[in-house]
Amino acid sequence: MLRKISFKVNGRLETIEINVGETLLEVLRNRLGYTGAKKGCGVGECGACTVLIDGTPIDSCIFLAVWADGKSVLTIEGVSEKGELSGVQKAFVDEGAIQCGFCTPGLVLTTTALAAKDKQYTKEEIKRELSGHLCRCTGYQNITKAADKALNHSKKGTCNCHKQTE
Amino acid sequence: MAIIYNIKNYFEAETIKEAAGLLAEKPNLTIVAGGTDVLVKMHGGRIEEADILSIRKIKSLEGIKMLQDGTISIGALGTFSDIAVDVVVGGNIPILAEAATSMGGPQIRNIATIGGNICNGVTSADSASTLFAFNAVLKLQSSQNERLVPIQEFYLGPGKVALKPGEMLTEILISPENYTGFSGHYIKYSLRNAMDIATLGVAVVCKLKDKNVFEDVRIGLGVAGPTPIRCQEAEDFAKGKVISLETIAEIGKTAVKAAKARTSWRASKEYREHLVQELTQRALKVAVAKAGGGEIA
Repeated sequence: MLRKISFKVNGRLETIEINVGETLLEVLRNRLGYTGAKKGCGVGECGACTVLIDGTPIDSCIFLAVWADGKSVLTIEGVSEKGELSGVQKAFVDEGAIQCGFCTPGLVLTTTALAAKDKQYTKEEIKRELSGHLCRCTGYQNITKAADKALNHSKKGTCNCHKQTE
Repeated sequence: MAIIYNIKNYFEAETIKEAAGLLAEKPNLTIVAGGTDVLVKMHGGRIEEADILSIRKIKSLEGIKMLQDGTISIGALGTFSDIAVDVVVGGNIPILAEAATSMGGPQIRNIATIGGNICNGVTSADSASTLFAFNAVLKLQSSQNERLVPIQEFYLGPGKVALKPGEMLTEILISPENYTGFSGHYIKYSLRNAMDIATLGVAVVCKLKDKNVFEDVRIGLGVAGPTPIRCQEAEDFAKGKVISLETIAEIGKTAVKAAKARTSWRASKEYREHLVQELTQRALKVAVAKAGGGEIA
């Protein structure tokens, strides 16, 4: 069964005919070329496929593409600004929070969503907020350091997620 | 390899009436709200193909509110993230927020709904033991009829609930006499602190008299049997007893009698029974402290 949907990806309007059985992840990666969202477990446990829908992190592997109709999606490709890394991205680089990189897009996006909220986060809150992401390389120390830096120690408001929902 | 789920027909309702009408016409439709259970089942092959009825766009199924008579009404589409930060829940039944926050991880909580959690019918549902302890009542709607079913009667067996063909869950109701004056605590025992299924879940609510007597105690358990359960004998024992370590120990011991735990790869029957006894006591102690009870001697 086919359905035509229109939604924004990183601020750009995409209109596409999809099979109703396709996940948002499949459509982003295989139909529209946004391969920054990764396919890990396929069942919403690892967080590698995380994207923001209207600013909220979701696992795109268990989210039907048809549900994105009329919404704004932010993928890792849309996080940098005018070719410059966002504050969250810079923090991940500075803290060496990346090894193989497979979990990184999801972690950066969830941290970006947190950065959009006007609040400080304790170490425990950071751990809890990032708990939907598995990293098999790092042991998480540098990831939580990077998130702490981005959320508590640098200028906020460096994400695109607000702009594109307007 | 691209996965395309075998969804043969896809319907999207925008009102309860429309959904009920579609269900009456096509009782085989699989209702999808957040999709975090249904799509995972499709991924694993437990559902091979489905005709889907999406209820995601039904606005009247959203929202948590207090009705005029003090009843708390939770719309079936309330996500776990909604419940975790809701002011009605936080101000009156904060234990449900504790339970909601223990489920999955943030991305799942942003999507998964409490209605789906209940209708999925599993004993490990993080919201269920708490709703059992609050004597929650479920509003079920079909094109012909609306009926109220206590949650204890809704769970029939593993994955089996009392939804008749053509029915859908619309609201979860908790009446004031079931939460007013009660304090509670939820303990989810699992091997990881996030993204895990409970080895055991214990929800305890209690109401005190003169800060040192149990006026009422209710204990809901998850994963202690094929469905969530209440511990009737332990609750009856507790009523009217002076609060002491001995009383609480006896309540914990008696709670095990209600359990029909089984051995799975997560834990043995014996270990689960031990958890029932121990965690009931721990949850009760915290609940007593929250209720303003004195130090337990």
